[in-house]
Amino acid sequence: MPFQKREFPNAFANLPKEKALALLETMVRIRAFESRVEELFLNRKIPGFVHLYIGEEAIASGVMAHLNKDDSITSTHRGHGHAIAKGARIDRMMAELYGKKTGYCKGKGGSMHIADFSVGMLGANGVVGGGYNIAVGAGISARIKKTDQVAVCFFGDGASNRGTFHEALNLAAVWKLPVLFVNENNQWASTTPTSFATSAVHIADRAKGYGIEGYTVDGNNVIEVYNAASALIEAARKGKGPAILECLTYRIKGHYVGDPERYRTKEEVQKHFTENDPIIRFSAYLKEKGMLDDAGLEAMKAAAVREVAAGEKFAEDSPYPDKEEALDDLFSFSPKEFPEVVR
Amino acid sequence: MRTITFSQATLEAMQEEMRRDPMVFVYGEDIVRQGGIFGQFKGLPEEFGDRIRDVPISETAIVGAALGAALTGTRPVADMHFADFISVAFDEVVNQIAKNRYMFGGQANIPLVIRAPDGISNQAAAQHSQSVEGWLQNVPGLIIVTPSSPATAKGLLKSAIRQNDPVIFFEHKVLYPQKGPVPEEEFLTPIGKAEVRKPGKDVTIVTYSIMVQKCEAAAMELEKEGISVEVIDLLTLKPLDMQTLVDSVKKTHRCVVVHEAVVTGGLGAEIASQCCA
Repeated sequence: MPFQKREFPNAFANLPKEKALALLETMVRIRAFESRVEELFLNRKIPGFVHLYIGEEAIASGVMAHLNKDDSITSTHRGHGHAIAKGARIDRMMAELYGKKTGYCKGKGGSMHIADFSVGMLGANGVVGGGYNIAVGAGISARIKKTDQVAVCFFGDGASNRGTFHEALNLAAVWKLPVLFVNENNQWASTTPTSFATSAVHIADRAKGYGIEGYTVDGNNVIEVYNAASALIEAARKGKGPAILECLTYRIKGHYVGDPERYRTKEEVQKHFTENDPIIRFSAYLKEKGMLDDAGLEAMKAAAVREVAAGEKFAEDSPYPDKEEALDDLFSFSPKEFPEVVR
Repeated sequence: MRTITFSQATLEAMQEEMRRDPMVFVYGEDIVRQGGIFGQFKGLPEEFGDRIRDVPISETAIVGAALGAALTGTRPVADMHFADFISVAFDEVVNQIAKNRYMFGGQANIPLVIRAPDGISNQAAAQHSQSVEGWLQNVPGLIIVTPSSPATAKGLLKSAIRQNDPVIFFEHKVLYPQKGPVPEEEFLTPIGKAEVRKPGKDVTIVTYSIMVQKCEAAAMELEKEGISVEVIDLLTLKPLDMQTLVDSVKKTHRCVVVHEAVVTGGLGAEIASQCCA
């Protein structure tokens, strides 16, 4: 199906080599983290539910390259990649996935609630479509504080069918809030294909209903994502209001680790992985342009694997939270002050 | 002492807190153009400009955005128009706001207030008359307060705005036009503390919101029959000030819980069971 195309200015072309390589490095670090997390979950080291971002790394990398530390993002249940790209530490993330005390949420959030507020990553979310209005609120607060901060809300194709989508988009549009809504259309909402559940051919088309701009790009091409995000985030920062950026991608892994994936064929998945891997595509481009060679790519991947291994060791060596801490952080005050509050 | 209405008392609380802290802002449906259904926001737009705004009819956006704003350094007050409409934003209140601090390991304060006019008034039927505190009593992570007079309305609202946790502020619609004494000088009503409105020795009545005045009137009647009634105004429903309740019931050995909300699964059952425990 054709979709609304716009030739965005080629901001990528102006990037110095090291910044271009940094886009790849972020993708490689996410891939290394997710690949190891999958193994660790299957080895029963990581509890809870885990949703992997493998195959979608170009979106987080290409968008986050335009954000400052004090810009906010809201994420989804598939949030590890967003956290890494926004600047969260891999060791504390791994500790959180393990449920350890040294994790970002002191072991009480886990994979579905990975967050690092100190870098503006306002949290993965266990409720699909739960992040839109939190991002809208971050946009409102930028207005109140009179800053040029922006907020980016990542959401899936399935989440675009929530009612929260409508309320958030409408409010952000009428108030011209500095929020970019980045759709990661990975073709699957759990076991349901986008085409089955979503009335719009492209989720970006829904922007028309809110009188805002909406564009669809190849989400597995980091250069396309980077250029589109550059223009739309810049516009939001300058007060021109929100937009939808739909990034077409494909969920290489099951909905969750352990998903038997009876709803699609192995051939379909393999085809996407071999023909459309964003890391293979971008590294091939960088090699063609003479910015990267095989040795450089291997060194980058090896460094990422080492970083993840160090994070894993940190997680393994960290203690679990004490029983006495079970009710900590429910409020700004200690539960001891108000024993009734936690009953 | 001067007397002002409950509505004016909440307005003064908003004015004082918005003057005190430029990060405090308020938004809700029909609060600018209409001044609130009960006039409780009149005059704020002239003084505070964009820090008070009308919003689209979008309760999930109003409440969800309050969380995002609170996490990023401001102190939002979200007005629900009618407490009944909290149900529209139930995920935002229960799964997003209430769980945020705990689930994320205390990474941020959540200084937000949800103002929720509740209770029976003017034969407004079943979707505009509820007392919905029972819905939220079961949710860890929330503070719930409900004033019973102009003075407690002002003091509790000011405390709620300064609290670094999410506070649901239930304000009974029948109370808005009622007048009562409110000190001129600044004061705060503490969250988490019940008030003994009238001491007595034969029976304890535990109540809150609109029912406080009704229970006080009933207590006066009972005094004529020689029954000494102690009336406790909870003021904060979550966390319950069980110490004040238990001290009273230890003295009177009898306890009656009075509220306007439905009988089952609510504060009455909660207080009765805790008093017995």
